[in-house]
Amino acid sequence: MTAPTTTKIRVLIAKPGLDGHDRGAKVVARALRDGGCEVIYTGIRQTPEMIAEAALQEDVDVVGLSILSGAHLELFPRVIEEMKKRGLDDVLLFCGGIIPEDDTKALEALGFKAIFRPGTNTQDIVKFVYANAHAHPQN
Amino acid sequence: MERFLAGDRRALARIISRVEAEGDDGRDYLRTLFPHSGKSHIIGLTGGAGSGKSTLTAALTAEYRRRGKTVGIVAVDPSSPFTHGAILGDRIRMQEHALDPGVYVRSMAGRGALGGLAPTIDSVVAVMDAFGFDYVLIETVGAGQDEVEIAGTALTTVLVNIPGTGDDIQAMKAGILEIADVLVVNKADHPGADILVSQLRALLSLAPHGQRRPPIVKTTATKGEGLEQLAEAIEEHRDYLEQSGEMGKVRQAEARHQVLGIARQMLLERIRHSMPEPELEALVARVAARELDPLSAAEALTGAGRL
Repeated sequence: MTAPTTTKIRVLIAKPGLDGHDRGAKVVARALRDGGCEVIYTGIRQTPEMIAEAALQEDVDVVGLSILSGAHLELFPRVIEEMKKRGLDDVLLFCGGIIPEDDTKALEALGFKAIFRPGTNTQDIVKFVYANAHAHPQN
Repeated sequence: MERFLAGDRRALARIISRVEAEGDDGRDYLRTLFPHSGKSHIIGLTGGAGSGKSTLTAALTAEYRRRGKTVGIVAVDPSSPFTHGAILGDRIRMQEHALDPGVYVRSMAGRGALGGLAPTIDSVVAVMDAFGFDYVLIETVGAGQDEVEIAGTALTTVLVNIPGTGDDIQAMKAGILEIADVLVVNKADHPGADILVSQLRALLSLAPHGQRRPPIVKTTATKGEGLEQLAEAIEEHRDYLEQSGEMGKVRQAEARHQVLGIARQMLLERIRHSMPEPELEALVARVAARELDPLSAAEALTGAGRL
């Protein structure tokens, strides 16, 4: 007998760095919850190591990073590096916050599949996640 | 699988996901791992929403780490009954352990299970146990009066109370107080903590003679106070289980609970698949229209399953 699987998309929403403005992150977490995802929210002031370790322990399919401090080009590469160190190379990445257009290419090169700026419709984020996340296969 | 047994945390994380998904591969993993389980002490922490379960879980973990023990944590938060999505926020209170290689934290969504747990909790706990943690802590969804399921999974059940949430008749009612092996009065720095302790003590004194009376421990988890005493109370309960011969009975009862739980789930699935969805909808519609009573409909459904 083949049992039906009940895989849900698991998303980590994390805020690296020192800015304490997490309203955006909470709005996105809530929208994804309402979209049927299981969202792990870890709060503000996360180091890159903490984010990567949470992604590993929670076995998430998607990581969304939120930042408003302007330090994204400092912090995001370190998050990616810590994730790679832990073998997390098949996780869907997106980010959001105050991120200048000029930085788009650099972030895409790091592996971010989408950047959501102020004014984004949260439904677009939910659609993006469902279109791109694959609840990942077993090892 | 080899990586899991060698202590690879990524393998642990992946296997938990597969077990939680309840597919064939998850079941195969569980079959292979199960013989390695049965060594961890499984502790359930339950109590009302906002009673400080997450903070207490983190503080108790810190106490175990001071004692050189490893800890696996399963933290359950509720799923939406409408969208089935969930916000899992228990890690926020556990940041101090975020990078500790001796601690592993896993958030689980309730996925509609009753009793403040998740449908696959027993299996996920068995996986953590097999991985070799000294302690596995289960933090339930905020529980009220009747969420007693945790006692069927944990060896030691800790009930977290806080001052100012009702008179002593609340605690006298049947239900959750009866499953506590250790009682905690958290937020002990708040007014009313001592009154709550004496109310609980008075209640426990009404218990029938010869019955074990759970100890009451005062904690202020945010300040790390009372945790040593809590860890001791849990050890005392564990010693009691072993010396009184209760451990065997508890394990027998839990195995029974688990087997029947899985069997119930399997039978339900089999019944559900025995009737095509449109037929089931038509049957349910007749009940909704009051043309048929729900008992007869369920009989028709299970009869069609030919169990």
